[in-house]
Amino acid sequence: MAVTAQKGFDIEKLRSDFPLLQTNMNGKPIAFLDSAASSQKPNSVLQAMDTYYREKHANVHRGVYQLSQEATAAYENARELVKGFINAPSAREVIFVRGCTEAINLVAATFGRRFLMAGDEVLISAMEHHSNIVPWQMACENKGATLKVIPVNEKGELVMDEFDRLLTSKVKIVAVTHVSNTLGTINPVREIIEKAHAKDIPVLVDGAQAIPHMQVDVQELDADFYAFSGHKMFGPTGIGVLYGKEEWLNALPPYQGGGEMIETVTFEKTTYNELPHKFEAGTPDIAGTVGLGAAIEYIGSVGYPAIHAHEAELLDYATRRLQEVEGIRFIGTAREKASVISFLVGGIHPYDLGTILDKLGIAVRTGHHCTQPLMDQFCIPGTVRASFAFYNNKTDIDRLVDGVKRAVEMLR
Amino acid sequence: MSINQIQDEIIDEFSLFSDWMEKYEYIIDLGKHLPLIDEQYKDEEHLIKGCQSRVWLHAGLEGDKVVFTADSDAVITKGIIALLVRVLSNQPAEEVAQSELYFIDKIGLKEHLSPTRSNGLVSMVKQMKLYGLALHAKS
Ligand SMILES: Cc1ncc(COP(=O)(O)O)c(C=O)c1O
Repeated sequence: MAVTAQKGFDIEKLRSDFPLLQTNMNGKPIAFLDSAASSQKPNSVLQAMDTYYREKHANVHRGVYQLSQEATAAYENARELVKGFINAPSAREVIFVRGCTEAINLVAATFGRRFLMAGDEVLISAMEHHSNIVPWQMACENKGATLKVIPVNEKGELVMDEFDRLLTSKVKIVAVTHVSNTLGTINPVREIIEKAHAKDIPVLVDGAQAIPHMQVDVQELDADFYAFSGHKMFGPTGIGVLYGKEEWLNALPPYQGGGEMIETVTFEKTTYNELPHKFEAGTPDIAGTVGLGAAIEYIGSVGYPAIHAHEAELLDYATRRLQEVEGIRFIGTAREKASVISFLVGGIHPYDLGTILDKLGIAVRTGHHCTQPLMDQFCIPGTVRASFAFYNNKTDIDRLVDGVKRAVEMLR
Repeated sequence: MSINQIQDEIIDEFSLFSDWMEKYEYIIDLGKHLPLIDEQYKDEEHLIKGCQSRVWLHAGLEGDKVVFTADSDAVITKGIIALLVRVLSNQPAEEVAQSELYFIDKIGLKEHLSPTRSNGLVSMVKQMKLYGLALHAKS
């Protein structure tokens, strides 16, 4: 096995960019293996936000004075960075939101209002995060439409034959995750989009778990909507992105009303602002966008090829080493996987394992990971999930494996 | 012994442990000796919803004393339940209702009773006191 697949990828140097990775948990150096829930932040992101607040802050799109112009420039510059990052054709198609959840709610609510009718169907998958289930359920309920679900096989892959069968003319929109937060499965979204488009059905892709690991090109995917959160991609919390094709975003009614999103207001009638402002009511999280921009630049400086190579090596190493644990069972063994490992050991409850690991300074996630229907399918209460980012190293994994072994000894 | 005497006894016991490992091994062991809830009560009605581990609790009256039996699918949770049962079971209903559980904090297990932990223990303590209240009214 190649030790470092990429030239210039210095893991220890990268780790030193993340102050939180230098801290302790329960008196032990932290092994942070929960980046799928939220990632840690490099100094450059923290500094960018700090500098913004100290030197550039004013409200955007409002003042004629220099400072407000500078804040607006910083905000719109972040939009340009996102545009380049996902290769959106235009910055008008980049809407700033609070996070992936809000992005999906925005589309589900407005698309539902304009396009769903009684008897219509919305097609999602069995591995969706609650954030990509509940908003669609709400939209369907409002209009008397039905939610249909693409099943998942025992390896944790979408059953594509079933997808073909479910993709009828009743379906008005398909909403699927790019990468599963629980199983790590990378879904064939390109193929899903192509098949849906052949029937003129738009597709929303939940990119929350894909963006931290892989280069996303919305034009190459031909996605109609692509949603993701800043905090999972080394940026701040409270900021996220909805990319939408201009023709779709223009066809949707506004989501929230308020300042910024209007053109003219009278008590009789309001006309709405153009994209992207039509969907950005109120004062936005300006500092959040600045931090997001810095995170994009940071990812760029590391480079997706290096990220991918390192994470693939970690996933491979962790999968191999965890097999040393007697009675371990992996949940999610798809052929195409991101660096997420969900597992159970014998009859040991994930909560017990997580509690002991916590005491050992190892941060993993336990529970249903906001994918209850998926847990029901596997007939388990939840899993222990270790998820890796490019800043994890083999020491983190060795500690996880040793920790699991020790916990199992105590709990058996 | 009164509720507080038992609490003090537990605090004493735990002061002997020098690290968290010993403490947790003890808790895990305690769970194995928990007076288990009768299988017939392991139903929706007796289930305390905590999102990660599930907890079942039953309360009965023997004379004027409340008797608790319980179970959980997670063994650490079960061990902590065993401690709670040791403190509150076989006590007068009124005293259960009015009890002040300080031992949890003192033995360093406060985090397990944090609402953010979602293991059902916070709701369980609440439920135990409510049973005390209800059974006191009845007795
Ligand atoms: C696949 C997936 N979709 C959506 C979300 C929701 O993201 P957020 O909570 O940042 O809105 C998550 C977060 O856990 C996720 O993993």
